[in-house]
Amino acid sequence: MSDRVLMKGNEAIGEAAVQAGCQCYFGYPITPQNELTAYMSKRMIEEGRVFIQSESEIAAINMCFGAAAVGMRTMTSSSGPGISLKQEGISYMAGAELPMFFVNVMRGGPGLGNIAPSQADYFQCTRGGGHGDYRTVVYAPSDVQELYDYTFLGFDTADRYRIPTMIAADGILGQMMEPLVLTEYKQPTDLPSKQPWQLGDPSTQEPIWMTSVHLGEGKLEAHNLKLQKKHDLIEANEVRYEETMLDDAEIVIVAYGTSARVAKAAMLKAREAGIKVGMFRPITLWPFPNPQLNALADRIDNFLTVEMSLGQMIEDVRLATCGKARIHLHGRTAGGVPVEDDIVDQLKKILASKGDEIIRNF
Amino acid sequence: MNNKIRCAGFGGQGIVLMGKLLAQAGMMEDKHTTFFPQYGAAMRGGTANCNVIVSDDDVASPMVETPDVILIMNGPSLDKFEPVVKSGGWIFYNTSLIDREVERDDVQVVKVPANEIADEVGSTRSANMVMLGAVAEKLGVVKVDTLIKALDVTLHGKGEKLMNLNREAMKRGAALAA
Amino acid sequence: MEQQVFGMPKAMKPEQTLYCPGCGHGVAHRLVAELVDEFGLRDRAIGIAPVGCSVFADKYWNFDVISAAHGRAPAVATGMKRGRPDSFVICYQGDGDLAAIGTAETIHAANRGEHFVTIFVNNAIYGMTGGQMAPTTLIGQPSQTCQLGRDAAMMGHPIRVCELIKDLPGVAFAARGSVDTPKNVLTVKKHIKKGFQNSIDGKGWSLIEIVSPCPTNWGMTPRKALTWLRENMLEHYELGVFRDCDAGNGGGA
Repeated sequence: MSDRVLMKGNEAIGEAAVQAGCQCYFGYPITPQNELTAYMSKRMIEEGRVFIQSESEIAAINMCFGAAAVGMRTMTSSSGPGISLKQEGISYMAGAELPMFFVNVMRGGPGLGNIAPSQADYFQCTRGGGHGDYRTVVYAPSDVQELYDYTFLGFDTADRYRIPTMIAADGILGQMMEPLVLTEYKQPTDLPSKQPWQLGDPSTQEPIWMTSVHLGEGKLEAHNLKLQKKHDLIEANEVRYEETMLDDAEIVIVAYGTSARVAKAAMLKAREAGIKVGMFRPITLWPFPNPQLNALADRIDNFLTVEMSLGQMIEDVRLATCGKARIHLHGRTAGGVPVEDDIVDQLKKILASKGDEIIRNF
Repeated sequence: MNNKIRCAGFGGQGIVLMGKLLAQAGMMEDKHTTFFPQYGAAMRGGTANCNVIVSDDDVASPMVETPDVILIMNGPSLDKFEPVVKSGGWIFYNTSLIDREVERDDVQVVKVPANEIADEVGSTRSANMVMLGAVAEKLGVVKVDTLIKALDVTLHGKGEKLMNLNREAMKRGAALAA
Repeated sequence: MEQQVFGMPKAMKPEQTLYCPGCGHGVAHRLVAELVDEFGLRDRAIGIAPVGCSVFADKYWNFDVISAAHGRAPAVATGMKRGRPDSFVICYQGDGDLAAIGTAETIHAANRGEHFVTIFVNNAIYGMTGGQMAPTTLIGQPSQTCQLGRDAAMMGHPIRVCELIKDLPGVAFAARGSVDTPKNVLTVKKHIKKGFQNSIDGKGWSLIEIVSPCPTNWGMTPRKALTWLRENMLEHYELGVFRDCDAGNGGGA
C-alpha cells in the first residue's frame, strides 16, 4: 500500500484527466470544484496542453465544443449553477455527437443556493438538463480512488460512443482527501478513430459539416433515431453498480456517491443490530441499473433510497422496480448529509410497518 | 477506537494542515484514512475545522457526527465542539488561548499550552504542531515519528528552518503528553 | 487561345444562395472563399456558421464548417484554434450574434488575442427571425420590436463594435468596410486579406466589420436599400481601419 498518495478528490480528477491524455481543459471558478480548475491550470500547462480560464461557463462549454470538433480530448468542470449554464452547449455537443468529459461537483440549490455538498442535481445530470432528445452518460463515484478511475472511463466512453459523459460528485467528494493509487492509464485499443469526422484535418478529402441543426422534413427524426440506437447500446453495455450483503437481505438500501458511504456505515451498524439489510449502489446513474433492481424487487419487498436530495433518484428506483416493492425515502437537502443512526432508525420503522405504508424521512 | 478526530480553531492557525498531516501519517502507516475540511468562503481569522478518520479498517462513511477526539486551538471552538464529543472521548485544548475548564465530566481532558511551547521553540505558528505531537503521543493514533516524516511530504519545498521548528514543536508536544 | 478570367472559387460550392435579392451575405461569403483559395487554405480552413441567416454557410463554403450556438462562435473558434493551432478558423457572425448575445465571448476572444479572423456582417437588424431590433439598429430606425423607431432613452444606442474593441491589446486589426459599391467591396477584400495574413502570422485577433444591406427586413427594394445604407448607416458607421498592428497602435479611421 506504500505507493499510495494522499489527494483531494478534485485534484484526483484533474490528475486522472492529465494521465488520460486530456488535451484541452476549459473552466470557470465555482465552489466547491475550484481546486480542479486550479490543478489543471498548472498541470495542463506543464504538459504543454491547452488550459483556458474562460470568461463564463457558457464560453467554457463552447470552447469544449470547438476543441472536441477538431478531435481533441476535451474537458470542463463546474458545480450545479455553472452546469446549468453549460447545458445548452452540452445539448449541442450531444446533437453534433461530440465526445467530451465533464464534472459536476454538486452543491446546494436551487438558484445560487449554497456551497454545501448536495446531490440535488440528479435530475439535471440524468435528465439531460439541456433541451432536446438526448442522453449523457453519468458516473457516480463514491471515493477518491473511484473519482480517479472513472475519469479514465469517462474519457474512454465519450470517445467510444461520441457522446458527452460526466462524473456526478458532490462537495464532500471534491473536498475530501483519501489515499489513492495513481494507476497508469491504458487507452483501450478499440476506440474508434476521430479522423473521419474531425474538422481542420488536411487529410480529410471532403468538407465536413458539423452541426446539431437538421431542418429538412424528417431529418432531425432520423438523426435522433440514430442517437437512440447509440443510447440503446450504452444501456446494454455500460451499466455499472455494486451489490453488498444482498444474499439474505430483507430490505435493501439504494444509494450512490457520498450517500452510499454513509449508507454503508449505517448498513454495517444495522447488521450488528440483527437487521438483514443489504445495499445496492448504482455507479452509472444513466444508464440506470434497471434490470438488476427489477430482479431484486422479485425477492425483496422493501427498498430505502438514501440521497442528498428530496426524492430524485427514488423516481428511477420506482421505475426500475415496476411497483413490485415498497420504495421508501431518506432524503437530506441543501448541505444536509444523512446520519448513520437516522438511517438505522428508519430501517427499523420500515420493517415494523405493514401494508402499503411508505415511510419518508427528511 | 479513538479514530474520529476533529481539529478546530481560527483561520490562520493551520487547522487544515493538522488534519492533512494526520491523514498523511495514517496513510504512511498503511492505515485507512479520510480527511474532510469545512470549506467555504476563504477567510483568515474566521473559524476553521476539519475531520480526520484514521482506521485499521475500511472507512465507510467519511462523515464525523460525534468525534472521538477533538483538538481545540481556540475558545469559540471549545464552546462549539465540547458538547459533541463522544462520551468517554478526548478533548485536547490549547490553554494558551483558552482560560476556562472543560465542563463535561464524561470525557478525558489534556491541556496543552500550545502557543507558549511554540513560542519557546521559536514560532507561535507551530502551535498546531505542538498539539499534534501531544495527541500522537497520548493516543497513538499515529506515531510521532510518522508525523514528523509526514511533514516532509505535506510541507515539501518549505525551508529547512521552518521544518526544524515544526519537528521540534511536535517533539515538545509529545514530551508534554508522555 | 482562351483564358478564364473569372469563375467560381474552389472554396465555394456551385450552389445558388438562398439569400434574399440584394442581401450582402452572398458577397461576403464569396470574398472569404476567394481568399481561402488565394491563401491555399481550403484543406485546413474551418468556417463557423452562426445562428442567423448565415446558419447554412456550409451549403456555400467548400471547406469544413461548424454551426455554433447563438453568440458562441468566438468561444468555439477559440477551442478549435487552441486545440488545433495549424487550422485556419474563420468566425462569421451577424450583429445580434456578435454584439448582443455574444458580446462577452467577442470581447474576451479579442482580449486574449486569439488567432482567428472574425467577419462581422452588420445590417442593423435581425434577419432570420424576421426583422427585430439589433444592437446596431440606428436611432429612429423602425423594426419589428421597435415599431416606432429605436429610441435611445429606452433602447440604448447603436453599438460601434470596431471603435469599442480597437484598444484591446489582443486586437491585431479592426476595420469597417461596406459592400454597397464595387470599390467598397474591393476594400473589404483588402481588409479580410489583412486579417487572414495576421492569423497566419499569429499576430492576434482580426475583425472585419461589413456594413451590409438587408432589403427584406428594412422593407425596401435592393436599390433603395443601398441608398439608405449610404445615407444612414455610413453616417453612424464610419468606414476605415481602426487598428492595424503593423501601423503602430491603431491605423486611424
